[in-house]
Amino acid sequence: MNTADQYLKAIYLVQQLEDGPASTGAVAEQLDVSPASANEMIGKLESRGLCHHEKYKGVDLSEEGIGRARDALQQYCIIERFLLQVLEVESFRAEATQLEPVIDETVAERLDTIINRAPQCPDCFAHEEDVCSLLAHERDVADAD
Amino acid sequence: MSVGISLASDHQLARLLQIGVVLEEVAEARAAKHASESDVIDAEVRTLLESAAVESAEHRDRLEGLINGLDAETVGFKQIEQLVEQQYETGEEFDGVLYDQLCTEETAYKFYDDLIEAIEGSDARFSVDRDSLLRVLREVRNDEEEGAEAVTELME
Repeated sequence: MNTADQYLKAIYLVQQLEDGPASTGAVAEQLDVSPASANEMIGKLESRGLCHHEKYKGVDLSEEGIGRARDALQQYCIIERFLLQVLEVESFRAEATQLEPVIDETVAERLDTIINRAPQCPDCFAHEEDVCSLLAHERDVADAD
Repeated sequence: MSVGISLASDHQLARLLQIGVVLEEVAEARAAKHASESDVIDAEVRTLLESAAVESAEHRDRLEGLINGLDAETVGFKQIEQLVEQQYETGEEFDGVLYDQLCTEETAYKFYDDLIEAIEGSDARFSVDRDSLLRVLREVRNDEEEGAEAVTELME
């Protein structure tokens, strides 16, 4: 996943949490980058029509930006599920974040052919927990068995 | 969360190689399944698929050799074969089989290309020899490129 898509995903998640425009600081925090870096990238995304940035208010994704962010979030969910379901990685969330930049869309689509993922993905993503809510539930059920 | 490709440890490298192994296992299982079960392909396509399955198994062995050098484990082929079987969906028509094979080759090519780039851009010291690592990955990537070209020729 390229850097622009990682930013779009981060803005999308922050907007969901804040239920409105995403503050640049929160986006920077989500990505663990400096506010200056976040500002620069947000400016680039805005010039491509993917978001709108208003000073003191925050960033709003455009329709196209939302579409790309949701695709990126789906890819992230695929990586998380693949790590947990196939490779049985306990720290799948942290590793998904590390692997995200190296896993291309086509690779994620291929990994998607061997995992179980709900049709409503990525709407089932729990933003605060950084994990698919269904996956968290599946883990609880598996632990209880 | 960090932005940009960062490959900093044996652990991360092993994880990516494990993903490579799984991609090869998926490729092997799907090509073998197409070759043995499809009624609509001709002898030329069947031969290509059988060769592709053999090549994927060879790639898997080479990647597993690298993973062993990193003191990590891989996912067994049987497990992936079962997962492929459970989720198997593809067009039964001739073009569907070839298109699936083309996707397989192109996906693998893209994966190895990104992995090579990540290794080249990393300052980390790995437990496996960097030159050997890159040589194996470049050879495998080249095989995938040639594989994609062979499928494209058959599709034309």
